[in-house]
Amino acid sequence: MSRTIFTVAERCVACKSCEIACAVEHSQSKTLAGAILETPPPQRRISVEGVGAYSYPSRCQHCSDAACMTACPTGAMQRDGGTDKVFSDHDKCIGCWMCVVVCPFGGVTADPAGKKAVKCDGCPERTARGEAPACVAACPTDTLLYLTPEEFAAQRRQATAHAAVCGGESATPNGMDILRSLKRTH
Amino acid sequence: MDNTILPVIETALLKVAHDKGFATARDRLEVMSPQCGFGELGTCCRICYMGPCRIDPFGNGPKTGVCGLSPDAMVARNLLRDTVGGTASHVGHARHVLLTLRDALNGKAPYQIKGVSKVMALARTFGVPTEGREVNDICRDLVNIALEDFGRQDELPNNWLSKRAPAAEQALWSDLGLMYSNPHNEIETAMHATSMGNDADPVSLMLRVLKMSLIDGWTGLTLCVDLQDILFGVPEIAVTEAAVGVLEENSVNLAAHGHNPVLSEKILEWAEKLEGEALAAGAERINVVGVCCTGNELSMRHGVKLAAHNSQTELILATGAVDAMVVDIQCIWPQLAQVAKCFDTAFITTDAMVRIPDARHIPFEPHHADESARQIVQAAIDAFRRRRGKPVDIPQHKSTAVAGLSVEAIIDLLSKLDAEDPLKPVLDNVANGNIFGFVGVVGCSSIKFRDNAMTEEMVKHLLRQNVLVLTTGCTAHICAQDGLMTSEATYRYCGDGLKAVLEVLGKAAGLDGPLPPVWHMGACVDNSRIVDLMVALAERLGVKVGQLPAVGSAPELVQEKAVSIGGSFLALGVSCHIAPAPRILGGPMVTKLLTEDLQELIGAVVRVELEPKGAADWMVAHIAEKRAALGI
Repeated sequence: MSRTIFTVAERCVACKSCEIACAVEHSQSKTLAGAILETPPPQRRISVEGVGAYSYPSRCQHCSDAACMTACPTGAMQRDGGTDKVFSDHDKCIGCWMCVVVCPFGGVTADPAGKKAVKCDGCPERTARGEAPACVAACPTDTLLYLTPEEFAAQRRQATAHAAVCGGESATPNGMDILRSLKRTH
Repeated sequence: MDNTILPVIETALLKVAHDKGFATARDRLEVMSPQCGFGELGTCCRICYMGPCRIDPFGNGPKTGVCGLSPDAMVARNLLRDTVGGTASHVGHARHVLLTLRDALNGKAPYQIKGVSKVMALARTFGVPTEGREVNDICRDLVNIALEDFGRQDELPNNWLSKRAPAAEQALWSDLGLMYSNPHNEIETAMHATSMGNDADPVSLMLRVLKMSLIDGWTGLTLCVDLQDILFGVPEIAVTEAAVGVLEENSVNLAAHGHNPVLSEKILEWAEKLEGEALAAGAERINVVGVCCTGNELSMRHGVKLAAHNSQTELILATGAVDAMVVDIQCIWPQLAQVAKCFDTAFITTDAMVRIPDARHIPFEPHHADESARQIVQAAIDAFRRRRGKPVDIPQHKSTAVAGLSVEAIIDLLSKLDAEDPLKPVLDNVANGNIFGFVGVVGCSSIKFRDNAMTEEMVKHLLRQNVLVLTTGCTAHICAQDGLMTSEATYRYCGDGLKAVLEVLGKAAGLDGPLPPVWHMGACVDNSRIVDLMVALAERLGVKVGQLPAVGSAPELVQEKAVSIGGSFLALGVSCHIAPAPRILGGPMVTKLLTEDLQELIGAVVRVELEPKGAADWMVAHIAEKRAALGI
């Protein structure tokens, strides 16, 4: 089974490193210094959304039964045979936005000209080199993880088992816990 | 948020801006949100170029900086740089006033000594002989004592600190190594100590934070206010009005924004002189209005009307009715120039340090104050001529407000009750619980806290529990706009004990009703007035300031200055409520130090509460502890 991106929401601190790394990866130069000079500017495909005291990096989930592919009338939205990720073929896209309408995650957006669909492509060049997608590599808190569903579930099982046997996490709240509890009163 | 109670004035102002298609700070904040957690926690370090470094608060990623700096040292270092920013601002302001006073005495700047009583009082404090001497000569001695503070390299204690601060506290500061000599040297040392590869000990760094805050308190605030009172007079109780409704459609509206009365006093003077030109231009008059803290300065000394606090500055420009906004230093949003250029509004910068794209720059320095002020007022009249007849949109909200409560004005008032011992009536009422305690509500207005009317609601909770509120800065604007500086507010919000006291004081002041329950004590730099009042009460009681039933609160912190002001309260043993959280939560030891362990060190702690009732409840409980310790 192929790896995909999993999100551990409670670890996100809204630094938006994923957003910047995504835009750079989808730039011509693939460097930050080069990307900021490009026209049109490179577009990110991940968005850190605020939810009360929490934040969440929202993006395409590369669904196995992808509604965007079903809805696409031209076959622009397709799955890469090699990476198993859903991507949009710009040449075929007619900008009808059916994919935007049906995506339950808001994972598809428009290009800067407003003509073509844009979405996460799973960073095929990086993964071909054996690297994690740019957003995962940039995440400083392990909010974003690049794992197979089985690997992710195994981590969760291990954590649950650990808590059951050894008790829960240490009671000392970290700074982020304190900040969030303060914000919840606001 | 369920409990949204955006104040009516903000609602009306936002409608004006949105109707005209302006994005406001609230819109920009929404685009900015969520804001970066590393920044909020204080664990982002950009000081050297091995970085930027960030500490994972959940312990999965980096645990130290590349250099090995601990998260506690990282947050302490960042906090110290915040206080350097705040202290440098106030010290810079103070030095500017000092040099203006020196030049005025030398006949090089067109300003007169209006605060003779302050000159005499300070002469007593500093042991300057007065017998048979001209006021200007006495004043020259005071100027030289102040100048010595900025030039000394002998490490002897700073004059203003050692002569103006209470002795008992100085002994503690001395033990902790917090006494300072030359403020500039300390600002330099703090920047040096926080650059790469220097102080990495969080405790040492936090002591530096306290030391920097002391500099803010005694050089940045006290020295500055003392000299401003000498130049411009000691404030006396005055009635004014506050909120956007003070703008007048048919007058030349000239808004003074910023912090330094060296500019705004001259603007007011020239507005009077050029009134005839305004009439000739078809205006009813020149309406100088105060914005932010220079507005407070003008309202304290001249009863000038208050148009807007800091977070409303771009909104009052959106009315189209402001003919000129002239600014000096601190808290000037670059956005103002962008709003102004959509109207006939002349947005005028004056200080070489504050240059803003698309603003008109009219250099203002004390030597040529009259020429520049005339030019600025003329620009306002010219802008009115262009605006005349065009539609404006001025929300009609405003409230009466009593201002001008300097310590001297308060003592004068109390003298009418007890000429021998003016503080006694206050202390008696503190002892019997009619005045449960004091809260100094200071600092900024924050768009992050306008949605729940943080300051107004917190103050009302305090008043119900008989806590007298002393306020300055933009929180003073908020209270004035909300009608909290009126006699009606005393009837409406105060507990019975506080109401009774304020009724007696109102009668003594010759007001129709009670004295307002929220005392306008000036601009943010005037926090030294709150401190002076507390020191006077403590000395009369024979206790330390920290033993008084008093707390500080910065309920809508925005500017670095509010951090260093808060630190100066802490150094006096006065605990502080603050919102939002200071950027230290990523350092568990520093967090514990500020919220708990500081009690043992200096007798004060920091408390973060983001909601008005929780903040007021904590302060009342803290005051109750102080009362119990005093046996009252």
